[in-house]
Amino acid sequence: MGETTEAPEIDRQTMEVDIACAGFGPAMGGFLSTLTSAWTENPADPAFESKVAPGMPLQVLCYERADDISSGVSGVVTQARAIRSSFPALDPAEIPLAVPVKSERVMYLLDPIGASRRSALLRFGDALLRFAGPLVGLKDNAFTLPWTPGFLNKHGGLVLGIGQFNQWVGAQLMASGLVQIWPGTPVAGPLFAENAAKNSKKVTGLRLADQGVDKAGAPTDGFMAGMDVKAQLTVVGDGPVGAVGQALDEKLGLPQGHAHREWALGMKFVIELPEDSPLQPGVVWHSFGYPEPEIFGFLYVHPDRLVSVGTFVPSWLHDPSRTAYRYLQHYIQHPALWPYLKDGTLRSWGAKSLEESGCHGEPFLSGDGFARIGEGSGSTNVLTGSGVDEAWATGTQLGEAVIELLRAGKPFTQENLASTYENRRRASWVEQGAREAENARNGFQKGIVKGMIGMALAGLTKGKLSLSAKIPPAHKQIAPSAAGINPERVKELAQAAQAGGRPLHDALLTERGWPEIELDGRLLVTQQDALLMGGKVQAMAGFADHVRFRDPQLCAECTHKTCVAMCSGQAITHGANGVPDFEREKCVHCGGCLWNCGQSPDGLRSNIDFRTGSGGLHSAEN
Amino acid sequence: MANLLHIVVCAGVVPDPLQTLEPVTGPNGPGLKNEMVLPAVLDPWAASALYEASNLAAKNPGSKLWLLSLGSKAKLQQVMMTVAQKAAFELVPIDGPIGGFPDAHSTAAVLAETIAALPGLDRSKLLLFGGWESATRGAGVTLQLVGERLGITDQFQGVDQIDLREDGSFEVLERVEGGKHQVSVCAGTPAVLGWATGNLAEPPNNPQVGMKNMRSIMPALAKAKAAKLEANGLRYLSVSLPKQQRTTRVEKNMSPDEIAAELVAWIGAE
Repeated sequence: MGETTEAPEIDRQTMEVDIACAGFGPAMGGFLSTLTSAWTENPADPAFESKVAPGMPLQVLCYERADDISSGVSGVVTQARAIRSSFPALDPAEIPLAVPVKSERVMYLLDPIGASRRSALLRFGDALLRFAGPLVGLKDNAFTLPWTPGFLNKHGGLVLGIGQFNQWVGAQLMASGLVQIWPGTPVAGPLFAENAAKNSKKVTGLRLADQGVDKAGAPTDGFMAGMDVKAQLTVVGDGPVGAVGQALDEKLGLPQGHAHREWALGMKFVIELPEDSPLQPGVVWHSFGYPEPEIFGFLYVHPDRLVSVGTFVPSWLHDPSRTAYRYLQHYIQHPALWPYLKDGTLRSWGAKSLEESGCHGEPFLSGDGFARIGEGSGSTNVLTGSGVDEAWATGTQLGEAVIELLRAGKPFTQENLASTYENRRRASWVEQGAREAENARNGFQKGIVKGMIGMALAGLTKGKLSLSAKIPPAHKQIAPSAAGINPERVKELAQAAQAGGRPLHDALLTERGWPEIELDGRLLVTQQDALLMGGKVQAMAGFADHVRFRDPQLCAECTHKTCVAMCSGQAITHGANGVPDFEREKCVHCGGCLWNCGQSPDGLRSNIDFRTGSGGLHSAEN
Repeated sequence: MANLLHIVVCAGVVPDPLQTLEPVTGPNGPGLKNEMVLPAVLDPWAASALYEASNLAAKNPGSKLWLLSLGSKAKLQQVMMTVAQKAAFELVPIDGPIGGFPDAHSTAAVLAETIAALPGLDRSKLLLFGGWESATRGAGVTLQLVGERLGITDQFQGVDQIDLREDGSFEVLERVEGGKHQVSVCAGTPAVLGWATGNLAEPPNNPQVGMKNMRSIMPALAKAKAAKLEANGLRYLSVSLPKQQRTTRVEKNMSPDEIAAELVAWIGAE
């Protein structure tokens, strides 16, 4: 069951349910909505009789790690096809922060400061744009594309706050009475059937995380062993860095040629706009080019003068001192955005990892006793940059499959799940989109220009044409040579940063010419303040550290420690003897550390073991 | 010998007090900006009362524990998914408006009427628990009024500890000035206790406790009676937040004494 740290032979409570679910997000929302909808139509349907509690309806339990189902993080613009299909009468006004898309634009942002690292070709292009200036509509150091490419277009879709959307879906589900969604309940991993060789691949349920343990996971006073929840079907929708999904990948491997190699860290602010803001709800902006050419950005306007604005820092930004928070602060100060945002107030902040491998990272979608849905199953479309609707769709596909199998009285074997769920998925628009997007991002490994050409090629030909590339493992995408500062100077800066109590990546960005952020305590605040503002990040006592460093020697030898630079919450900091310290109370569970480690103990896995744990964001404004 | 207790905990569902709260005045009076978007929790003072009540009930087998909560059903249901994992209780929900501004007297009337009608409640064994203030305006009035309406004259506020004795009397520690506690001895139930933080840590989430609670919580929510709160002529002239000032610094190596000294100096500075 992966590398869970636990005392041997612990006496655990067990519970039997019909369906056990790991994670509550859009995919699980789609799955559970499909089940409850069918049950509500005909509660007497014998398919919905519980096998473990005769006389009762199906016992369907969903365990969510976050302390509330409204704590999800994502700035979302979605076409919402699958979501509307599940809720034909959906009125966005019922969901806080939701609004129909009103207008959309794509902007290429030039660098007004001169600190971002651009290739000679890109600088030449920038110079041409500046020369042509007003003739091409250049304004505020931004060039707006005359049209939104079809593959990015979200016309007719919705702007959502994912936390509020999840909360709304959860309320519908729990009101039905069929399903129970338990927040604040981290799942340590899957349960496998026992056999003498201990190599069974049949999943028999979920094990909840131990509580009342120390940092290392050893029992203390008040120890409560995580319960084993046994089920005929385990549905895994725990996202791109979930512990259950990781354990399945480790035990089963991935299909031939597949790997999780491409990632991005999405980080966003929720800002309250000033009263006289001209930005209308439903306005959607996409951007690329700034603060680094590799960093994509977005701005989505919600109702009530709230706006989600954020950036994606990708794994193919090879600089080991890449970081997110400070770059985001520079992003919002770009001349094309700042006039709208500068008098605003920071309300909330959050970050999450996005799995951007697409088809290349798709795991085994089902097996004996389990099925995988959502982002962790590779459903995100990396060409259109959409994931929520795709995730929801995979959930509904599994829901329909499960209903079919229940009605036929068939067990949840790999064969049966493949012929129902997987077949539905392969025949759907999700698969079609995934195939079109399959190689859309290959060019980015060779730089932004090739990347954009590759993306345009794939987008305009619906995937028939694309660039080829060999994508290295994430740890090899961190290239010390891309740091842009000579190693001796890095050492000097590191010593000065440590003495001054300042993060190294901050010092490196300043060294490269990025101006210091002028904090105003209202919109531009320190990263720690963003974390603590309004009690936004908390963790329950009694859980083990969920970030572990597999081989401390590798950490000691690592000079750049990209994990420290990229940690969304500054929960990972420089420690003694070169091994980072981890403070779980500051962790937002973004999973960024998992793929921002430049070391590997075996050439495959990261040197950082990212497990499940308590805590994270306590904000519903996301 | 265990005491047989009937403990009723009154607990509201409130926006998480750690969030950014901003009062606004609308057509229906004052409220909180974007309240729909704020995460909801069980009132933290009342939550302490619940944990103390659960601890007391566990030590006195045969006792009963009710959790009485007035609020919107949807919010109650969501909050219950966390709270129900921490303590075993019977939920008595009332579907009604929640917020920091309804009239305390109207609220107390609804709560008292509901308590009086609880099937199986023995008022002679009643301990009425709640938060001594509440996260909704911190008025600290509602619980006292509920007690008065039920004819309970022994009332304690700012409670941190209760120790039951074999003869049914109990000793109560209430917070007073100067960081001290006043010790009182009460002859016995019924009594009203408005809790401060108490001494117990927040219980861990226990899925088995949650499952057991759910069997009664879901039917209770489905049957929750609706309540309307009368304004009683209450009118707010103005609403504002207390002045706030915040400085954040992460320190790993300061001693508690050093931290306390710095905090005292910071609080005392202009």
